Amino acid sequence: MIHLTDIERKFLVGDETVRALNNVNITVHQGEYVAIMGPSGSGKSTLLNIIGLLDRPNKGVYSLSDLDTTELTDDQQASVRRHKIGFVFQFFHLVPRLTSAENVELPMILAGVDPAERKSRVQAALSSLGLSNRTKHRPDQLSGGQRQRVAIARATIMQPDIILADEPTGNLDRTSGIEVIQILEDLHTKGITLIMVTHDPDLGKRASRRVQLVDGKISRDTGDS
Amino acid sequence: MLINDSAKLAIAALSSQRMRSFLTALGIAVGIASVVLLTSIGEGIHKFVLSEFTQFGTNLIAVSPGKTTTAGMSGAIISNVRPLSIDDALALGRSPKILGVVPFVQGNAPVEFGKRSRRTYVFGVGFQVPNVWQMKVAIGRFLPDDDPRTARAFAVLGSTVKDELFGSLNPLGRRIRIGGERYRVIGVMESKGQMLGFDLDDAVYIPTDRALGMFDRESLMEIDLLYAAGSSLDEIVKRVKALLIDRHGAEDFTITTQEQMLDVLGSVLNILTLAVSALGGISLLVGGVGILTIMTISVNERRAEIGLLRAIGAGRGQILSIFIGEAVVLASIGGLAGLMIGGGGAWLLGAFVPALPTHTPWLYVVLAEFLAALIGLLAGVLPAHRAANLDPIEALRAE
Repeated sequence: MIHLTDIERKFLVGDETVRALNNVNITVHQGEYVAIMGPSGSGKSTLLNIIGLLDRPNKGVYSLSDLDTTELTDDQQASVRRHKIGFVFQFFHLVPRLTSAENVELPMILAGVDPAERKSRVQAALSSLGLSNRTKHRPDQLSGGQRQRVAIARATIMQPDIILADEPTGNLDRTSGIEVIQILEDLHTKGITLIMVTHDPDLGKRASRRVQLVDGKISRDTGDS
Repeated sequence: MLINDSAKLAIAALSSQRMRSFLTALGIAVGIASVVLLTSIGEGIHKFVLSEFTQFGTNLIAVSPGKTTTAGMSGAIISNVRPLSIDDALALGRSPKILGVVPFVQGNAPVEFGKRSRRTYVFGVGFQVPNVWQMKVAIGRFLPDDDPRTARAFAVLGSTVKDELFGSLNPLGRRIRIGGERYRVIGVMESKGQMLGFDLDDAVYIPTDRALGMFDRESLMEIDLLYAAGSSLDEIVKRVKALLIDRHGAEDFTITTQEQMLDVLGSVLNILTLAVSALGGISLLVGGVGILTIMTISVNERRAEIGLLRAIGAGRGQILSIFIGEAVVLASIGGLAGLMIGGGGAWLLGAFVPALPTHTPWLYVVLAEFLAALIGLLAGVLPAHRAANLDPIEALRAE
């Protein structure tokens, strides 16, 4: 379903061109659990951003569910992000002035979902992650693990096909990190495609497929079937 | 995204920065308040001046000698002007739809009673003054309906002249001297007060032909006509013009209707109001710059949030409308506060300084509120545009 062909992404740093991604080819099927690994600067976040339609490649074709995304306008890309993709970030990226419930509600507000329906979906999402007594709390009143769980609730509220997680445990202690990983893996067992960027080999081992990036190239891919 | 939600998001964002939002809205509030207040004063003066000028009635036509044309040569150079005579006035008075006529001359002369003397305006008028100029007689009566060519030497006093010459004495039937001639007082006018600083009561009314003799004039300065309310002004003017051309052989006179005068006056006063509210507009502009500044800072501070919104599916248009929405809400709240301050200020001014008339036209108030929202919109566009065009990845990295 995710199909990248000859993807190249260049950045201009000073007057030097840096190839963050160089000739990357990868196919990810529905329901896979992929860990993208590699040292910092290897281009793994850039790859994730391109898959998440936050970034456009300079060259190559990215088709998502047989849709050539490079042809899409900005608004069409936003719509794809809204309905098909959920993001989980290392730094949670919750809006500090909004409560947990309001943060989870945000994607539905952007999508124009009916307010009555929104309330019940937010409640269901938060209680399934054990946060039913934290709905009125603001991010600064929550622990790191709780914040990331709110972020996961927000990422899944639109029932996306794909979850993209960029170092989701990078800012958490070990216990909450494992908790968060288990929640993500639960989502995967329910059929969501999970793509996770990490430099932690222990986390990488849990994934059914590991993609190793070095200097913008895929050096090893355990499960390209 | 639903309108309701946009408003809620905007209010949540603004109330998280209470002090800053308050101060920014205050800038707009001061601007709108000054526009409303100054417009109220301008409109008040407008109304006041117009009512001063209409106190002599609105259905008036004035005929004055000489033709003023826009080509603008004074009649004094080629003087073929036939003066307006009392006979002209009488003829006009007889034409249909004309309810009253006042042949008018004006001069200045000493008025003496006993040892007291006062220099005052002397108005040579006809008997229909109370009717045509809408003035009332306080005691006695006005000049009688004498033959205008041989009117008796009666005088009616303005209330100031009466007070100055007679004090508490009853002036009726007394003999006074005006410009050296003897007159008998038959009435005193009701006080009209001042108009634009000019004391309307400091005057004496005598028959027109006697005033002509006193000032050694051959012709009238003006003929005032009162026409029946509800009749077509154009037709009356046409008839008056035809009649006078018939009598004079040429159009050597000018007809001014009260309506024309009020039009000219009204447009002058409108410009005054406009100029005054433009002054208020300057402070409104400053308020708009305040919003621009704060929104720019706000976009900068919330880059991570913008990046996140983009990641969870906000298009550029949505980011644009979120930030413009905030600016508009901010300006509208400021505008509302400004309306209350300005309207209240105008009311207080009216209550405590009655001499300064104020009037708050509600149409302007609604327009001012729209103006505030529009300023918010304009001030919001630039920062919102910047927000919408941020690279989402760069924005997410800002933390």
